[in-house]
Amino acid sequence: MFGLNEIIITLFNGISLGSILLLIALGLAITFGLMNVINMAHGELIMVGAYITYVIQNLFVNYAPPEYFDLYFIISIPVALIVAAGIGMLLEVSLIRHLYKRPLDSLLATWGIGLILQQTARSIFGAPNVGVTSPSFLTGGLEVGTLFLPYSRLFILGLSIVCLFSIFYYFYRTASGRRIRAVMQNRQMAECLGVSTRKVDMLTFAIGSGFAGVAGCALTLLGAIGPTIGTSYIIDAFMVVVVGGVGALFGAVTGAFGIGILNTVFEYVTNATLGKVLIFVVIIAFLQWRPSGLVMSRSRSLD
Amino acid sequence: MQNTIYQKLLSRRVIFSLIFLLLLAAPLFMSDFRLNLLGKFLAFAILAIGLDLLWGYTGVLSLGHGIFFGIGAYCMAMYLKLEATGGTLPDFMAWSGMSELPLIWLPFQYPIIAILLGILIPAVVALFIGYLTFRNRISGVYFTILSQALVLVVVTLFVGSQNLTGGTSGLTNFKTLFGFQVNSASTQTAFYLITVVVLGLVFFACRKLIKGRFGKILVGIRDGENRMRFLGYNPSAYKTFIYTLSGGIAGLAGMLFVLQVGIISPTMIGIIPSIEMVLWVALGGRGTLIGPIIGAVLVNAAKTGFSESYPDIWTYFLGLLFVLVVVFLPKGITGLFEKWSDRRKKQDVSSSVEVEKSYS
Amino acid sequence: MSQAVLKLKKVIVDFSGFKAINQLDFTVQSKSVHFVIGPNGAGKTTLLDVVCGKTKATTGEIKLQEKKELSKLTEDQIVHQGISRKFQAPTIFHNLTVKDNLEIAMKQKKNLFSMIKAKWTNEQKKKVNDMLDLVGLKEEQDQLAGSLAHGQKQWMEIAMVLMQEPDIVLLDEPIAGMSKKERNKTGELITKIAKDHAVLIVEHDMDFVKEYADIVSVMHEGQLLYEGSMEEVQNDPTVREVYLGRKVEENVVN
Repeated sequence: MFGLNEIIITLFNGISLGSILLLIALGLAITFGLMNVINMAHGELIMVGAYITYVIQNLFVNYAPPEYFDLYFIISIPVALIVAAGIGMLLEVSLIRHLYKRPLDSLLATWGIGLILQQTARSIFGAPNVGVTSPSFLTGGLEVGTLFLPYSRLFILGLSIVCLFSIFYYFYRTASGRRIRAVMQNRQMAECLGVSTRKVDMLTFAIGSGFAGVAGCALTLLGAIGPTIGTSYIIDAFMVVVVGGVGALFGAVTGAFGIGILNTVFEYVTNATLGKVLIFVVIIAFLQWRPSGLVMSRSRSLD
Repeated sequence: MQNTIYQKLLSRRVIFSLIFLLLLAAPLFMSDFRLNLLGKFLAFAILAIGLDLLWGYTGVLSLGHGIFFGIGAYCMAMYLKLEATGGTLPDFMAWSGMSELPLIWLPFQYPIIAILLGILIPAVVALFIGYLTFRNRISGVYFTILSQALVLVVVTLFVGSQNLTGGTSGLTNFKTLFGFQVNSASTQTAFYLITVVVLGLVFFACRKLIKGRFGKILVGIRDGENRMRFLGYNPSAYKTFIYTLSGGIAGLAGMLFVLQVGIISPTMIGIIPSIEMVLWVALGGRGTLIGPIIGAVLVNAAKTGFSESYPDIWTYFLGLLFVLVVVFLPKGITGLFEKWSDRRKKQDVSSSVEVEKSYS
Repeated sequence: MSQAVLKLKKVIVDFSGFKAINQLDFTVQSKSVHFVIGPNGAGKTTLLDVVCGKTKATTGEIKLQEKKELSKLTEDQIVHQGISRKFQAPTIFHNLTVKDNLEIAMKQKKNLFSMIKAKWTNEQKKKVNDMLDLVGLKEEQDQLAGSLAHGQKQWMEIAMVLMQEPDIVLLDEPIAGMSKKERNKTGELITKIAKDHAVLIVEHDMDFVKEYADIVSVMHEGQLLYEGSMEEVQNDPTVREVYLGRKVEENVVN
């Protein structure tokens, strides 16, 4: 029924969507998975990353020699990371810190923050979408036979893998990452051993937020950006974490690519509307089988 | 002695009855325009009561009540639309090239069936989703996220099914209900009064439900779901029931809304309206029944006042309100009032007073 | 003449490779105060968990009154079979009054529709009042449970367990954090309870065990090491070796 090329292209688009979801979900896997904070402003941190890229692009257009234009993107990634992380840190210190024991309340409060950030962007940059010109090394694509694989999508795939491994390396191979895991697993014990849990909370949240900034930077490669760019992906990204199971990178990876590929396939076979419905049905069905997601964690406490 | 009379005057029952009477009398002293607005707010208040039953009492936060509200509203709107076209095909269907009424529209030719379905369909959707999630002990933030995903799915479905739902523009241009002109002042006053009565009925039914042992069980589930299992309760059944009930109430509210506002479209039931509903409850005071009513009316009155002239400022304000309520006013306005009346009692009465229960 | 009310046969609880309970055979006699002791990680709390359904047995049988198989039931169904559990940290409902707490714990039909219609009967009122007397919380009945002192919370939770009129009462370290006086009161309460219930208690405090135990079971690495009276337990060489060996001086003999 479907040609091989179509199957491969659909799969590729699925993997590409999966990699975007993964990039977004990595940040969530940290703030939600490890800290149990539903940061509804995560989507707006993505938006911040995207607008930073836009601003830096404009700075290059106006002040840098044209031959250096492509550099703007290389510079944008770390800047987006740092700014988003900074906002995240501020958010943790001023707000989320007071709400750790009330996850539903932190959800509502961060939603409020998200609204404010969105409106701020609207006030500064206007409501209409703005375009970011992709750097020349990411325009065009790889031609394999009759297939055309855009560099921008390949780049996002690569970026998500790099981010995944750097998170993995940080959490499992460095002293600072170990401290974070220690605090998330047993707060009191870590405290007794002299770990400053306040600093760790702040750092963890900042890292999770920083990755949202990187994701926003990557999204500029795919099209115009607007104040609500984050919200369109954020629910799917939360689904990734729910399906993947909490606090496990492996779960997030499987969840992201699973949802990404299924989404694309469903939309290809039916249409965009039914595809969305089907994916929700599949997620609900999946949760009948694995209510706590792919990766389960046991706890000994009652509530 | 004066104290007791004063307290009796201020007792909840008296206050509630007075407010109710005042609302009933509102057509006598309010302009049609304002009355219509108030009617809309009170329709929202009905939904807020149901939402609070779920969140404030049972501890389940749904960010998806907009769709139950919406399904109710669409059910009513489908009838009104058919009534307005007088047996011919609604305009948007003709535009999308349909030649006869689709099957799912057929039952909505009959007002009674449309009204019943406006409550039943949202309730059944809630029952279905609730059963599948609560049964597996998917709770807390996980349920909340799923409920938001549900909104996304349903709204996408409504927008995407242009030929069935009118797409993004929704359903509007209604003419009659039971032969009465829906837009005439007298019909609108009648709709307002019906809304007040329904609000009163929902309020007292919910109050009866939570006053007794049942309400204590809900609080038990909210504060310690697992502990309740070891007392021999199956919290999943209770949560599913309350979710279903609250879905049905939202559908009812949606119907009353569409009668008074005259339009329903996907943007009115989407993610943002759905989470605003939660804010009504949070601001008014979760875990009380009067709180959600106060919250729904206040937030929407402020919104009407503000947002038309200063939409930007309104969004900032809304965002700020979420943060401020959660951080500084977790018990909402009724919490403030309770604190104040507790202090009064402590000053007035020297002997020990029965401790005011936080959920009554 | 006592009889077995609860029997575990070859029960294994496997936490992804770690056998918290390993091939355990265990019997609880009616109307007895049965203590379970053992070093940390011996599987004592897991034993309670597996009986009340908090943890599912990987394999094995758990039978109530020689017939009802419990291991396939959910927690709330097990409660209705006659097993009630008190957790280690007081898990009570802080936003309800003491009386409310007992009211919802009370034995009654606990399904949704019975509960919507539920009304106080005179018999129920009497039961709650008697229980308030038994645990000495009559004066505090209208206070929010969250405002009680630690010991009172523990007793209230014991009262909640008893309100379910179980055949078997499971208590997890009921005297943890109590003063000497509160401990004695709890001990008396347990003795009273055991007149018509079987009571299975996990406890670390050897003095307490010695004073109130009818039967003592020693667990070690998920298995039953020894069972008998406290005196027999104290004199058993294997017990002394694996467990009492390091505690005997400080706790038991003095």
